[in-house]
Amino acid sequence: MTGSGDTSEGTSARPAGGPEVDRARTQATSAIPPFYSAPRLSTAQEISAAVISGEISARQVAEAHLERIAEVDGDVHAFNEVTAREALDAADELDRRVALGENPGPLTGVPIALKDNLCTRKIATTCSSRILAGWRPPYDATVVRRVREAGAVIIGKTNMDEFAMGSSTESSAFGATLNPLDRSRVPGGSSGGSAAAVAAGFAPVALGSDTGGSVRQPAAMCGVVGVKPTYGMVSRFGLIAFASSFDQVGPIARSVKDAAILYEVIAGHDEADSTSLDRIAPSVVSRLDDGSDKIRVGVVSELVSAASPDVASRVHEAAEVLASAGSMVDEISIPMCVYSLSAYYLLAPAEASSNLSRYDGVRYGLRVDAPSVELMNIATRSEGFGAEVKRRIMLGTYALSAGYYEAYYARAQRVRTLILQAFEAAYEHFDVLLAPTSPTTAFAIGSKVDDPLAMYMSDACTIPSNLAGHPAASVPFGTGDDGLPVGVQVLAPALAEPLMFQVAAVVEHGAPHSGATVSSQGTEQASGMKSQVLR
Amino acid sequence: MSVGQTSSKASKSQDASPRQPGVPVSGWEAVIGLEVHCELLTETKLFCGCRNRFGDEPNTSVCPVCLGLPGSLPVLNSRAVELAMRIGTALQCEIRPSVFHRKNYFYPDMPKDYQISQYDEPINVNGRLDLPDGTSVGITRAHLEEDTGKTTHVGESGRISGAEYSLVDYNRAGVPLVEIVSEPDIRSGQQARMYVSELRAVLVASGATDGRMEEGSLRVDANVSVRRSGVQDLGTRCEVKNLNSLRSLAKAVDFEIARQVALIESGGVVAQETRHWNESASKTMPLRSKEEAFDYRYFPEPDLVPIIPGDQWQAEAIAGMGPMPARRRERLVDALGEEAAGAAGFGSGLHDQVVTVVELGLDALVLDAVQLGADPRLTLSRAANEVAANLEGVARLSVDSFERLISLEAKGKLSATQAKAVLSEMLAKGGDPTDIAKARGFEVLASSELAGVVAGVVNSRPKEWSRFVDGDEKIVQFFVGQVMKETRGKADGKAVLAELNRLRDSSKASPD
Repeated sequence: MTGSGDTSEGTSARPAGGPEVDRARTQATSAIPPFYSAPRLSTAQEISAAVISGEISARQVAEAHLERIAEVDGDVHAFNEVTAREALDAADELDRRVALGENPGPLTGVPIALKDNLCTRKIATTCSSRILAGWRPPYDATVVRRVREAGAVIIGKTNMDEFAMGSSTESSAFGATLNPLDRSRVPGGSSGGSAAAVAAGFAPVALGSDTGGSVRQPAAMCGVVGVKPTYGMVSRFGLIAFASSFDQVGPIARSVKDAAILYEVIAGHDEADSTSLDRIAPSVVSRLDDGSDKIRVGVVSELVSAASPDVASRVHEAAEVLASAGSMVDEISIPMCVYSLSAYYLLAPAEASSNLSRYDGVRYGLRVDAPSVELMNIATRSEGFGAEVKRRIMLGTYALSAGYYEAYYARAQRVRTLILQAFEAAYEHFDVLLAPTSPTTAFAIGSKVDDPLAMYMSDACTIPSNLAGHPAASVPFGTGDDGLPVGVQVLAPALAEPLMFQVAAVVEHGAPHSGATVSSQGTEQASGMKSQVLR
Repeated sequence: MSVGQTSSKASKSQDASPRQPGVPVSGWEAVIGLEVHCELLTETKLFCGCRNRFGDEPNTSVCPVCLGLPGSLPVLNSRAVELAMRIGTALQCEIRPSVFHRKNYFYPDMPKDYQISQYDEPINVNGRLDLPDGTSVGITRAHLEEDTGKTTHVGESGRISGAEYSLVDYNRAGVPLVEIVSEPDIRSGQQARMYVSELRAVLVASGATDGRMEEGSLRVDANVSVRRSGVQDLGTRCEVKNLNSLRSLAKAVDFEIARQVALIESGGVVAQETRHWNESASKTMPLRSKEEAFDYRYFPEPDLVPIIPGDQWQAEAIAGMGPMPARRRERLVDALGEEAAGAAGFGSGLHDQVVTVVELGLDALVLDAVQLGADPRLTLSRAANEVAANLEGVARLSVDSFERLISLEAKGKLSATQAKAVLSEMLAKGGDPTDIAKARGFEVLASSELAGVVAGVVNSRPKEWSRFVDGDEKIVQFFVGQVMKETRGKADGKAVLAELNRLRDSSKASPD
């Protein structure tokens, strides 16, 4: 990020930089202490109820979380910017309304962390890219407006892979985010900052965006819940585009229930997004206790095979949990799945190459001066974009070029259609599908940065849902051999979020209490935290 | 032929001084296709709610969407689709389900560095425009797209290269356009001009645009190639840009035809390139070559959904759309009666009047007056001349009073001169023709009185009279003028002429 002159009063921007991250890498490799000073109230549901009842003020909740961030985020770097001043102002306003007897909404007083590709009015929105450093949108994304209207308190903008291109949050121009459970590991990506923020107790809920797994994969690696809705179910207006036909905003939370509450807030038609489905948000919270009796569950063998043995075991255990809850579980083979990665890495970069053209130095963001407009464009983009973004712009430009379009872009589109059809066929026999979220637990920082293909492979299990436009949820389920969390994915057909949440709740309920996730520790310790918060 | 040969020959003589433009070159045929960009008359822009209006303070009609700010998304203006369907209907196109594509290239006046346009699935295809001369030009397609911003390059060249700095106004960015692409059916600058003139009339009549070329509402690019007569294969074409008026279109096309013919005849080869019409130098100049042409990397716009123009929507869109100029001209010619219709062929004065009256939207006035009993040819003539000269006064002219004026003249109660004067006052101030004529003391001389005046004039000019009797037809106007002067315009021109001819014939029949 550029100079501090861009920082508005009351917010604290993090300086850009490698040095700090290097220090973090070398200094600390252990997990941050879990929740010792975190709020007693660790779920959105509890916080909202307590604030509305007057048991605790929104300001107290905000202050407790800001304190936690101030203490610990130096070791995690989940945030690009902590919006302390705005958060406290918003909390005070909520307290005023609650005092008047109003009920602002289901997220009243709930701190929320927002991925830094969601436009926030007057608050810098950078996509963790030098090219957008300091840019302040004149408007809120539709999802941001909706969470504000539901009473949520925006606590900060979270770090991410630059323009959401990556699976580890290491491609951020402002330095990597570390996994709060083991700071030698990545938090996953690209919504690594949001997942880490929720895992570290900086906010009970966060929003991320999922283009190829960017909500679910970091959620899995940080031991929290992450949901990618059906394409078109959540407005993309104000979400800075990576690959428009894949991008979906999704909730990250410590529980399936919180994710469901947040989903209901953000989902539903928005006329500012032409690809938004003309539907109101379905009720999903009401389905969480419905169990999974008689539900047909298919375990996708190609996706399980893509995972390491420990992760694969957790998936089979989750399937057993469902079976013992009355589900009919069977294996299913969807051979088309293996082409997902290839199709995705032609289509998503193609769209990205066009979406990122506007960062040309003419109107906003970085400008590197040069003798002509064309040279200025080149200088600005050369300096403003990082290596991974440039790699994908080149891939996409090539795939769309005259003479190559048919062989690459058009063929990949046909593969996309075939994958969608393969999933639709699978759903004739199954109600939901089960798969790993990430093939492995969180990997070591730096271990894949020089090997793009290895990095891309970590989205192998999540990308099919993005190609099909179907919803999927990642639920923490035990740990891998390294003691780090494993995420199990519940995949569902288009618009079947109610069923997806219903099954995810059963998986969550049956998950082993490993103690490895910050969320489970937080919940266990929650009752002891009251005095600290209410001091 | 090697590429090297081509380019050396081409570059050497691309700008060779051509032969006289505008003169058809024997042995050669020009093949011309036109691309016309038409700004649609919508309240708001194509993908956002910003005002669509010419002439606002720069960068005031803008928002996150038309500025292409990160995170913004386009939402299609259905009114623009309806106007596009009107254009499709007016151009006899097939209106089809369509999709938007992105046309990618970097340019500072394009906020997203791509233009949302239609590519291989446009809304209107396979149409036709019938021209007043009886020919017709095929319409390949008429598709929807967004306009770019407007760049002003400050510096001597007035172009981006060599500019000191450039100013960009994004008010125009996102203004809805329909691009109308013709088949290469046009053969001359004159025909190109006629095509655009007729197209403009059709577009205005459809309600889709105001057709103001000077404000950029209508912008024309021409694709020009030449081939030897009888040859089927097309020659290499050049695209000519910056054609800001009908006049410059015709001049530029003719220049380009002559340039290409001269180039080939002197042994050169036409290079495929984009050329710029330089109005002050009256010639086309190279802008960029094929090698420099953009690869637009079209792909389907993922932020928008396909347009499905259902029957009911189409019907609603074209409801209230009147007949097109060609049909209106036909009606006018029909109203003239059989004899006049025969004399209203292309190029005749009568045809010009018909074209003018339709172009100015005066055809309803003429037809209504004729319906009430006015003489068709006289009505047409007065409308195409006197009424056309004072269009602002049309509001003050009722069909009824117009018919009565024409009838006064037709029945010989007012002379032509008097009728014109009365009509002029009606247009300026309104009023009843009989009252105005009375107030001005207009009455046509009785024929007995007229004969006396004519005889007096003839007798006082024996020299001129003998020239007339000897066959100098032109001098008759001199006598008409003298009689008019004598009667202060009260004489009826036709009656004067008739009397003069009668006197001449009788003096011939009985020589002294």
